[in-house]
Amino acid sequence: MTSGTARARSRTGVGGLRQSASDGLIITWRNLKRIPRIPELAIFAVLQSIMFVLLFAFVFGGAIPLPGGGNYREYLMPGIFAQTIVFAAATTAIGMSEDVHKGLIDRFRSLPMARSAILTGRTLSDVVYNGGILIVLMLSGLLVGWTVRTGLPPFLEGVGLLLLFAFAMSWIGVWLGLSVPSVEVAQQAVFIVLFPITFVSNVFVPPQTLPSWLQPIAEWNPTSTLTASLRGLWGNPNPYASTGFPSQHPVLVTLLWVVVIVAIFAPLGIRRYRLMSH
Amino acid sequence: MPHALAARLEARAIPAAISAQGLVKVYRSRKSEVRALDGIDLEVEAGTVLGLLGPNGAGKTTTVRILATLLRPDAGTATVAGFDVVRQAQEVRSIIGLSGQYAAVDENLTGRENLWMFGRLYQMSSTAARQRAVELLDQFGLVEAADRVVKTYSGGMRRRLDLAGSLISHPLLLFLDEPTTGLDPQGRLGMWDVIRDLVREGATLLLTTQYLEEADELADTIAVVDHGKIIARGTADELKSQVGGERIEVIVHDQADLDRARQLLAPAGIGEPHVDEHTRRISIATDRGAQGLVQVVRDLDEASIRINDIGLRRPTLDDVFLSLTGHESESTE
Repeated sequence: MTSGTARARSRTGVGGLRQSASDGLIITWRNLKRIPRIPELAIFAVLQSIMFVLLFAFVFGGAIPLPGGGNYREYLMPGIFAQTIVFAAATTAIGMSEDVHKGLIDRFRSLPMARSAILTGRTLSDVVYNGGILIVLMLSGLLVGWTVRTGLPPFLEGVGLLLLFAFAMSWIGVWLGLSVPSVEVAQQAVFIVLFPITFVSNVFVPPQTLPSWLQPIAEWNPTSTLTASLRGLWGNPNPYASTGFPSQHPVLVTLLWVVVIVAIFAPLGIRRYRLMSH
Repeated sequence: MPHALAARLEARAIPAAISAQGLVKVYRSRKSEVRALDGIDLEVEAGTVLGLLGPNGAGKTTTVRILATLLRPDAGTATVAGFDVVRQAQEVRSIIGLSGQYAAVDENLTGRENLWMFGRLYQMSSTAARQRAVELLDQFGLVEAADRVVKTYSGGMRRRLDLAGSLISHPLLLFLDEPTTGLDPQGRLGMWDVIRDLVREGATLLLTTQYLEEADELADTIAVVDHGKIIARGTADELKSQVGGERIEVIVHDQADLDRARQLLAPAGIGEPHVDEHTRRISIATDRGAQGLVQVVRDLDEASIRINDIGLRRPTLDDVFLSLTGHESESTE
């Protein structure tokens, strides 16, 4: 009998690490497989972002003049990219919650696989998924007049920052997805958290037009610092930068946010996952 | 495979394949506290099938989840093949298969992809996992559907795939949580065949069910669970004799025929017939099965007594509960 194949291997040191990586990749593979099988999910994710571009570029854009005559659509697109990435948490939360409620997590937990693989596989596949969405969005952006005015290295730095941020956001998604009682609640909860994060920011409007008590929040908001980083890196207009620290060092503040979010939500998510056996 | 587990256990001087003592599990929420398990003791010998029988919410699934390492007990201990389910969970996982009530396969993968993935996660090589998937698809009659997305499968096919998934690594022990709940009669019979084959090959199995008939068909011994406690255990025959076996039931058309019918029924059964005037129903315990029924039909026909309904009634879970606990099996879910 081949029952020996499943027998315990070394689970510590290099063997354990290799198993974690290989199990994580299998879960990643499984999560990515679902994208072409339910194309509607990706299509609507892209359409939602394109809808925001069209709404703001053509409906509100005329009412929001940029000083110095910058192109509003070029100003808007980095914000749309950032907003899309912030919503990465939703994809993760919904996917995670579905796996819990359809019993798949139980199946995985009954297998002799690396415990971490379900969470790392989920966050990794969502980063890849959001990377794909970004490519489509950037192509659409080019059509409405967005462009990168600097060069390839800063462009790639911007993309790297977006993906790092997607990774951080999916840890929030993991925690949310494991904390809510149903998939529907996951959807609701995510949007209640994410809409303010994306709107109280520099994505659509100049932060100076906000009430004064909201301005510091908008300035430190990771969506704002991410957007400001992208505008800076790619030479897109950012005429409303203030003299505050986050506006002056947006990349640094964004990286700090990534570290802070992962440091808080990865342990919270892992704890939730462990609590499933209590 | 048949005696693989028995041999392994013997070599390590482990008395039982599954052993649990005093399992307690309490689910706490803000408002209430539910004692899902209230001191469960179990023993399953290698190569035998134990049926855990009980209504929804009795604690069957909780028991399985603890033994399959998904849940920690609040009190008590359990070992599977000698491994402690809490302290040696990973060892337990590598020798068990679990097939749950909610058919946990990935809807967006094909049958083949699901099995390959489970094989990989059991730490098989990619080639070995692929070969094993082919074997199992064949064994479970899923070859034609192998490359279809599971979303398109029928309930029965899903269950078979789910069960196939739990057999990937030739587990020494198998937990089946309500394997036929929600299946149509055809799906149920198909599932029974599959499980019987596994038993014939010597699998050690713990199966939960709400159906006495199912436990009767598949299990060597049955433990009846109610409110987190085991209230009876024995073979199907032992339990049934406690319940009182089969009954012949007749509903006569005319109230006036009740008395004559009662007299005709008496010789076909054991003891006194029970008469319900209001529903015009007469029932009597019998040990003659279908023969007794045929006799009664003939006698009633000869006496020209019109009947609305007649049948041989086998004891159900409700009857077991009624006789064991004095109350009907109430679903507490």
